Amino acid sequence: MKEFDSQLCKIVSAKALTADVFDFRVSAPQLAELASPGQFAQILVPGHTLRRPISICGIDKARGQLRFVFQIRGQGTRELAAFRAGDSLEILAPLGKGFPLDTSKKTLLMGGGIGVPPLLGAAAVLGEQAVAVLGFRSQGAVILEEDFRRTGARVLVATDDGSYGFQGLVTDLAAGESFQVLMACGPAPMLKGAKSLAQAKGAAGYLSLEQRMACGVGACLGCAVALLDEDGREYYGHVCKDGPVFPMERVKEVS
Amino acid sequence: MPDLTVKIAGVEFKNPVIAASGTFGFGREYGQLYPLSELGGISCKGTTLHKRSGNPPPRVTETPAGMLNAVGLQNPGVEHFIQEDLPWLSQQGTRIIANLAGSAVEDYCAAAEKLNDTPIDMVELNISCPNVKEGGVQFGVTAQGVEGITKAVRKVCGKPLMVKLSPNVTDISEMALAAESAGADAVSLINTLTGMRIDIRTRRPIIRNNTGGLSGPAVLPVAVRMVWQTAQKVKIPVVGLGGISTAEDAVEMLLAGASAIQVGTAIFTDPYAPLKIRDGLAAFMEETGVKSLSELVGGVRPW
Repeated sequence: MKEFDSQLCKIVSAKALTADVFDFRVSAPQLAELASPGQFAQILVPGHTLRRPISICGIDKARGQLRFVFQIRGQGTRELAAFRAGDSLEILAPLGKGFPLDTSKKTLLMGGGIGVPPLLGAAAVLGEQAVAVLGFRSQGAVILEEDFRRTGARVLVATDDGSYGFQGLVTDLAAGESFQVLMACGPAPMLKGAKSLAQAKGAAGYLSLEQRMACGVGACLGCAVALLDEDGREYYGHVCKDGPVFPMERVKEVS
Repeated sequence: MPDLTVKIAGVEFKNPVIAASGTFGFGREYGQLYPLSELGGISCKGTTLHKRSGNPPPRVTETPAGMLNAVGLQNPGVEHFIQEDLPWLSQQGTRIIANLAGSAVEDYCAAAEKLNDTPIDMVELNISCPNVKEGGVQFGVTAQGVEGITKAVRKVCGKPLMVKLSPNVTDISEMALAAESAGADAVSLINTLTGMRIDIRTRRPIIRNNTGGLSGPAVLPVAVRMVWQTAQKVKIPVVGLGGISTAEDAVEMLLAGASAIQVGTAIFTDPYAPLKIRDGLAAFMEETGVKSLSELVGGVRPW
């Protein structure tokens, strides 16, 4: 049995969540069956040499669907956003190592901006064991809040400008929570703060990283990330195959 | 069904489609998707005598119709390749080409010697990696350098020897002639063309190494031209690569004079590309009444 595959998948629904964040559901029964939260897909944008790595936001095995929530970051994602329901996309998935979820442990899910979507799959598994602390620039950028609530997770929202929820950093908002495990995805300063917070709480921590990527499967060694081995020696691992989710103590420097 | 077999340096390949070095690892990842026996062969990730950690990221970026890479020959070393990768890989029913890189003649020779008693089918001498200061390219950019390293490795290498040439030279056919005269059994070309992209906001090169190797469809015409020029000059087989992403591209490369082809960057766009190229090539031959590959090789009718 293949662990991943590249298949032509029909878009079931495509909508905009904000001006630059889009929400696609695709029919991909075999890929959905294989997927777990925190993994990602390499999506082909026709005419482009390299596929776009997009995190898997939702896995619906019953309907045989995968959900992707992505942001326009450049020309490729801009073209991707123009796809509509009924169109098909060539999708290589599921890739990488996702979140190691333990439903017996109180888990804090910390997301910043477009780092929020991959955590939704984790919340769906953890339910009431999860506290999702989600940060955005402003009220207009808030996404997926209701989706997180529907999983049974407790949801706290922060915005940089205070236009919605707590004004300030997610790390400050999360400081009052008690948890055994922290899982974070977002910009580097947030990941740094997440690591410090997990250390201060004596919790296990996992960080989901990104890097410019080519193959997505561990063959080309393009998406290098400086890691530390068991003896603290530095080496280059790869976001696509060793990650994108890494134990925080193995990541040499969050940058 | 047309005959897709091809013999290069005494090694028979079941079809002329070989996965290019650096794009296919040691086969395990894409072995998830299809039996590697479907491929004519695999040119393994560039391997050095000792393991190398590679360049800091970012190592890759997309460019118009292509990409830049500066991975920096990250590899576990030739011993690890022999002990950990080859036992599995050699059971997959495809031809194995070990791609050897290095910074000193002695290192190339020592690594080549270690491969003599292994089941690999061929050595591809990588003297064209543009992304490591001492990555072998210093041997690859002068005819004298090509001749020297090829001669030295030829002496100790008991396997068929193919020399992979750099396009970052004035006249690649001179390099091919130098390799031939030093005892190479074949040449493969082209490696990547050195390129650069700059982030105009940060004014930083996108690749951490500042420069990287350009590959992908953008380089196909350059590769076809270089293979054409080279194939007219050397008697040894030419393996053509550089930007091949369709069966039509492969036919072009064969017509230019390549006896076989390698597919690299196209695998990132579509992991199944090598198989589609093989099937498309067979279909093209069928459709045009070509019974064997040799009818295509060098068949271009120049004006």
